[in-house]
Amino acid sequence: MTDETLKTTPLNAAHRAAGARMVGFGGYDMPVQYEGVLAEHRWTREHAGLFDVSHMGQCKITGDDAIAQFERFVPGDYEILKTGKQKYSLLLNAEGGIMDDLMAGKPDHDGLYVVVNAGNKDADFAFLQANLAGDAKLTILADRALLAIQGPEAAEVMAQHEPLLAEMGFMECARLMLFGCDCFISRSGYTGEDGYEISVPADQAERVWNTLLQDARVKPIGLGARDSLRLEAGLPLHGHDIDASTSPVEGALTFALSKSRKERADFNGADRVLKELADGPSRIRVGLSVKEGAPAREGAEIADADGNIIGNVTSGGPSPTLGRNIAMGYVPPAFAGLGTELKVVVRGKPAAAEVIATPFVAQRYYRKPKA
Amino acid sequence: MKFTKDHEWVSLDGDIATVGISKHAADALGDVVFVETPDAGKTVAQGDSFAVVESVKAASDVYAPVSGEVVEGNAALASAPETVNADPEGEGWFAKIKISDASQLDALMDRAAYDAFLATL
Repeated sequence: MTDETLKTTPLNAAHRAAGARMVGFGGYDMPVQYEGVLAEHRWTREHAGLFDVSHMGQCKITGDDAIAQFERFVPGDYEILKTGKQKYSLLLNAEGGIMDDLMAGKPDHDGLYVVVNAGNKDADFAFLQANLAGDAKLTILADRALLAIQGPEAAEVMAQHEPLLAEMGFMECARLMLFGCDCFISRSGYTGEDGYEISVPADQAERVWNTLLQDARVKPIGLGARDSLRLEAGLPLHGHDIDASTSPVEGALTFALSKSRKERADFNGADRVLKELADGPSRIRVGLSVKEGAPAREGAEIADADGNIIGNVTSGGPSPTLGRNIAMGYVPPAFAGLGTELKVVVRGKPAAAEVIATPFVAQRYYRKPKA
Repeated sequence: MKFTKDHEWVSLDGDIATVGISKHAADALGDVVFVETPDAGKTVAQGDSFAVVESVKAASDVYAPVSGEVVEGNAALASAPETVNADPEGEGWFAKIKISDASQLDALMDRAAYDAFLATL
């Protein structure tokens, strides 16, 4: 039943051999689950989950002007970022809307290594190709696969292959030989757990995937659990929780606005972003605990205590870790305070909800002890 | 036990039809995390959405395989939705319906016909 218009990752055959249920996502034929979403979700929280995220876009931006040109479209300070570090950022349009969210880092001394979302990568790369000026050069790394290993046992698993990896701190990155091939690796992910994302040459992907799965602590995890894990971690999904109409302030992503860049106001959409920082946005992304009834999913309306519709849920569902339903969505700032009692309307039925802090489940990133 | 092409089952005892979703449907949904069953007294027509079953990822409608009046929804599923995965064609029933037209069952598939139908999917 493969849709022939879907692209495949270098691990497609491995997923099918493992009995994965495949779905179309971001233009790719991807595994949504292997043994089941709940079991995979719990395995990742307790052990180590291995994800194929090769559908995501990888590129390098190089040249003397690389960073100055990249910074025109993102609000992070990459000039001061040290080699061996990466930083989360947002690709902004001229109106300050979030075209995509991304990770960009300096794993080596050759410009930036950037990872963007699968569904946006063609548009992102076309935009950057068209707009990066000077000698900044974008190189799409189409010949690379991307794996993520996430969970409390991920570090021990990886240390068996390269002891140096245990020393990396959260959001550090490197380019090194791993599994006998040229890899980019970062200590980061999309689950709220400790773990790594590993870029490997496409023709080595299946070998690396199988090598990691030989460890009894590691199981393959599909996109279903990836979504429920990131929801618990309070991490937005582009195209759902944030999009080209939402600003970093509305999206509650002001941590991605570097102080120096706000002062210089020299990034795409800075006018709107700085105005919203000063005056407050008209809506803001919040976390919700849904206290009764069905899961509130994308599109469900959010109402105030009197039943007036004030916003929408952008993603939501059951939290396997917490054993109750959680959601995120947009409300006017007057309703965004922690503890505010709201309603979510599912199939016409209002259910009690409360604004609560995110992440819903505590993040367990590895922070290096201070020297 | 008879089946619909929408993967509901119905089992008749006198004029009371017990209805649920097939093992095939439960397996395809994956982990069931929420079930909304109808209240007693509700009148349903064959083909109406009369219940909702939700996996981690999505909500799906369940359609009434027969017309009639609901005499009982399976309240146990509210606190134990995973029963739908564990025993979809038994303890995981959704509702009991007092049927208004027994002839509606004639057009439904028996187990052998349903298995043959599944093989075509």
